[in-house]
Amino acid sequence: MSTFTVDPARAAAPRRESSGNGGPGVGGYEPNMVLASATFDVVGTRPVRHDGADKVTGRALYGADVHLSGTLHGAILRSPHAHARIQSVDTSRAEGMDGVFAVVTAADLPPAEDKLVDVGEGETKLAYVHGNILARDKVLYQGHAVAAVAASSPHAALEAARAIDVEYELLPSSMTAPDAMREEAELLHADLFKQEFGEKTDQPSNVAEHFAWRLGDVEAGFAASDAVVERVFDTATVHQGYIEPHNVTALWNHDGRLHIWCSTQGAFVVRDVTAKILEIPVSSVKVTPMEIGGGFGGKIPVYMEPVAALLSRKTGRPVKIVMSREEVFLSTGPTAGSHVRVKVGASADGRIRAMEATLAYEAGAYPGSFVTPGGMCVFAAYDCPNLSVECFDVVVNKPSCAAYRAPGAPQAAFAAEQVIDEVAARVGMDPVDFRLRNSAREGTRRVDGPKFRRIGCEEVLRAVRDHPHYRAPLGGPNRGRGVAVGFWFNVGLESTCTLNVNANGTVHLVEGSTDIGGTRTSIAMQAAEVLGIPAEDILPEVVDTDSVGFTSVTGGSRTTFATGWAAHDAAQKIVSEMKARASKLWSLEPDQVRHSKGVYSANGRSAGFRELAGQCSRTGGPVSATATVKPRGVGGSFAAAIADVAVDPETGKVDVLRFTAVQDVGKAVHPSYVEGQMQGGSVQGIGWSLNEEYCMGADGTMKNSTLLDYRMPTSLDLPMIDTCIVEVANPGHPFGVRGVGEANIVPPLAAIANAVHDATGVRMRRLPMSPPAVWSEIARA
Amino acid sequence: MHWIDYARPRTLDECLRAFAEHGSDARALAGGTDLLVQMRTGRRTNGVVVDVKAVPELNELRYDRDAGLTLGAAVPCYRIYGSETVCRLYPGLIDTVSMIGGTQIQGRASVGGNLCNAAPSADAVPALIALRAACRIASAAGEREVPVEQFCTGPGRSVLGASEVLVSLRLPPPPEGSGACYLRFIPRNEMDIAVAGAGVAVTVANGRFADGRVALASVAPTPLFVKAAGAALRGEPVGRAALARAAAAAKAAARPISDMRGTAEYRRNLCEVLTRRALERAVERAGVSLA
Amino acid sequence: MRSAHVETTINGQPAEFLCEPRQSLLEVLRDVLRLTGTKEGCNDGNCGACTVEMDGRIVPACLVLGVEAEGAEILTIEGVAQGSALHEVQRAFLEGAALQCGVCTPGFIVAAKALLDRNPDPSEDEIRLWLANNLCRCTGYDKIVRSVQAAARIQQQESAS
Repeated sequence: MSTFTVDPARAAAPRRESSGNGGPGVGGYEPNMVLASATFDVVGTRPVRHDGADKVTGRALYGADVHLSGTLHGAILRSPHAHARIQSVDTSRAEGMDGVFAVVTAADLPPAEDKLVDVGEGETKLAYVHGNILARDKVLYQGHAVAAVAASSPHAALEAARAIDVEYELLPSSMTAPDAMREEAELLHADLFKQEFGEKTDQPSNVAEHFAWRLGDVEAGFAASDAVVERVFDTATVHQGYIEPHNVTALWNHDGRLHIWCSTQGAFVVRDVTAKILEIPVSSVKVTPMEIGGGFGGKIPVYMEPVAALLSRKTGRPVKIVMSREEVFLSTGPTAGSHVRVKVGASADGRIRAMEATLAYEAGAYPGSFVTPGGMCVFAAYDCPNLSVECFDVVVNKPSCAAYRAPGAPQAAFAAEQVIDEVAARVGMDPVDFRLRNSAREGTRRVDGPKFRRIGCEEVLRAVRDHPHYRAPLGGPNRGRGVAVGFWFNVGLESTCTLNVNANGTVHLVEGSTDIGGTRTSIAMQAAEVLGIPAEDILPEVVDTDSVGFTSVTGGSRTTFATGWAAHDAAQKIVSEMKARASKLWSLEPDQVRHSKGVYSANGRSAGFRELAGQCSRTGGPVSATATVKPRGVGGSFAAAIADVAVDPETGKVDVLRFTAVQDVGKAVHPSYVEGQMQGGSVQGIGWSLNEEYCMGADGTMKNSTLLDYRMPTSLDLPMIDTCIVEVANPGHPFGVRGVGEANIVPPLAAIANAVHDATGVRMRRLPMSPPAVWSEIARA
Repeated sequence: MHWIDYARPRTLDECLRAFAEHGSDARALAGGTDLLVQMRTGRRTNGVVVDVKAVPELNELRYDRDAGLTLGAAVPCYRIYGSETVCRLYPGLIDTVSMIGGTQIQGRASVGGNLCNAAPSADAVPALIALRAACRIASAAGEREVPVEQFCTGPGRSVLGASEVLVSLRLPPPPEGSGACYLRFIPRNEMDIAVAGAGVAVTVANGRFADGRVALASVAPTPLFVKAAGAALRGEPVGRAALARAAAAAKAAARPISDMRGTAEYRRNLCEVLTRRALERAVERAGVSLA
Repeated sequence: MRSAHVETTINGQPAEFLCEPRQSLLEVLRDVLRLTGTKEGCNDGNCGACTVEMDGRIVPACLVLGVEAEGAEILTIEGVAQGSALHEVQRAFLEGAALQCGVCTPGFIVAAKALLDRNPDPSEDEIRLWLANNLCRCTGYDKIVRSVQAAARIQQQESAS
């Protein structure tokens, strides 16, 4: 326990919450409101997070804080070119330098076998992961790793990496999906054959995949429409922008065991992928996930772990590599730039009759642009019988895309939600009323096939309509308001949790989900709820891959949902065991003992959890339980945004004046951290909307690979972000949890574009809506 | 970063000797907010870093009614806006030092460093030009004074010789009825490089502009002194018509490039907007209502 | 190798170390003195994760050379709590859920403490301006700003009573 004293009452006190059935706006305006669906004793409260004291004192150990004795420092040489053939790599100069211990290139990696590998939230070809870790014959983007050095200091390693001589033969490069889809575009991969509607073709192409979903008859739907709007949209490549750069320390020990310490969203993914790349048994790799300084999907892929491992094997010493910020931009997961066409038709009564979209996303250097979820989400908020969605996954000479918070969905919503606004205006309806009239609901079929189970799309839209923000006066010229709605699936995957009961009534909770935003606490709270003890009495630990059962990535909004579920199940096992222990004490049968809120009782006798815990060694020994889950009851989440902006017509600058995020989270386990997710996702969406972009030169190199020129929002660029938590319980989860991490980034892009239109009359169909872009649109109008 | 040697002279003499000895291999370190980044990225490869912060002359911040303001080249931004006298007399300078970087950068960065870095986008320079600042430059061989508008010669280049040091800036006392302002445009509200900037100073007497100076950032290879904009003001009645003419002159003088921060067309537009808005503030600060 | 010997004061205690002139104060704190609470996010002064106080001013430790610490007084995140008592800003961050991943938190706390040392009752705009050199990608700043406001209120109540 920490020696610091924190008053949990003070943490819980600051906010009043509206009660279950009162609508928003009833009883005055709350900056953060919760429309609660059910109440519990622990779930829904706001305890201080368990790792908090470590994180406010600088004691929490992140990946870059690992210092093993004898550590060498690594540096990676990266391609300065967007697309080139590697003619030769000469490492002799570097190897001869003072303080240099080893150099590795792709030649040190075992050749990639032709098989698939699970990379966290799905499978891809091992060859792609392999090729991204160290380039063999070709470099496919500026920043592509070519070789690596281990040396006595970070400075020495960097100097040595710069002394590796590489000869390149430059090739033409393609930077956008339309660019790479041209007939004459240079192919990135000679062995990439286009998949057409699930069938492999013999046509080498930069289009990795082309597929479509169709439902009903869109032609008939458009024919029956009184208003049809068709538009084309483009979005720039953006980065997740976590503050902590990627890092790894690897020790290939003399017993053949490889131990990796790193910053990752999924320790087991690092273990499994590294073992596959290096062709060693998964059992000989142990990964210790250190505290992680942000991920947002970008810390799922494996980049440097196999490289550090190779350097460690060559030198017999631990090797640590920490990326620079420039490397983070050039070499790690941006999210796809996109080119999207959307067409929507509605009849004069305000019913949407047909919706059609074509999405072409940039995957970066290897297939996997997340266009698939983009296509599944683009119209997910609407109940429409006639749908058609066509998708292209296109490789381009940019870093290989990684997941980014609801990957693929924001680009799609940017397009769809602007067209929806235009159609609503054509049929003379308020944009929220129009969305409500056509809202997806239980039983609505998505374009990709499944029917929605219980969802909260209508509840979210009603919360928007009734929110005081939506009716508040704008209060000035050149101001506008926009709304948008968005959807994300959330995922289940696999989790493990172990609970160990201590004699003093506390419980150690062991789990494998890296904690990026307070999930130790939201998981512990679910165990506490079942056990009927305070959240503070659960002591959660995130441990290495040797010390807990398999647990999938922290991603897909799944951690509170799935690992929390495992904690729930483990706690239920503890309750059963405690009933058995109580029955032993009282010489009864276990099924005669009842449990409620931490009190075990039978025949007029009762004992609290702490009391029974203290008796464990007399009633049969330690009490411990493990549960594993692979949940099926995933509940999708809808989110909406209300954005007010002011536009300076002389400069094109957009200021966000007020912003409200609304989201159906199922059940908010820890409302403060749920609000935090909604606020954080909203602000990433605001950044994506206004100023974030990879500025690419004509030569395919990035011109703004610093946090000065890659303009993420600062505190001075934002208002407070109001939240409205909507709880439409997910029937598939014991506490109704859906997940909150992602859907909130989907609506802001379009909400801000709609607000800019409201303020200026111009439609921004290209992101970012940076000042020069907005100014030139205004000047043209 | 490549290997460097570090020197921390305590007197101006010692400092000038270091530069005389090492010549172009030496580079002055004040706040380091440009220099260290440039060395890390390989854009500067100097082998000797001379920390000038312990040299008294470079740390001077003194106002004299006759001589004006002496601003040591290494004085960090926070000391400048921490001075009530400077805040009262040179609000145009305060505009710049409170917008260079953020709070932490302002704890290190200096106006002298901003000038010596000679970036076309340097926020301090247009204001210094508008305020008629002059550079006191010294070497072991002697001293000279150069007006700020003649200091920068190209991106990253200045008139400073290999063994010379910028000691301080001298800003004349603000004339009666004067006002100054620096405005820049950035996409965010902090932490950005100016897409364009306008530093202006005006002197008003009897309802007319007695003097006017305008300089621009980020629209030419060096900070740009626009004489025509000042000429458009001088002798004219104080009013929006004169400001509009000066702003048009600024726009006409700008020679911007198109890059990731904005197109040339956009920057020219900004020159006009920023010059007009900065002049409005400056006139207000001169105590005249534009109404 | 010509390392420099530096004598300084860190978190109120005299400290000395050897460093290469090219090593930043950030590298010295983290790699030489093993004070790893100060974080690196960008190494060019634009993220604020390495914020420390140097002679009473907050600075990015990545833009200070280790050798410049000679004779200076440095305060890092490790020196913000007094014994077993957290600083009000630290408590407010915990209670206000002002951190998610926590990697920017040390820089924010050092910066916010310096603000309240100067200005015990800052407005929302003053807080946002002062903290604009500190990037946070998780929270959207809302709960950070509110926590600084809460810390200011509590400090004022305590000094009034």
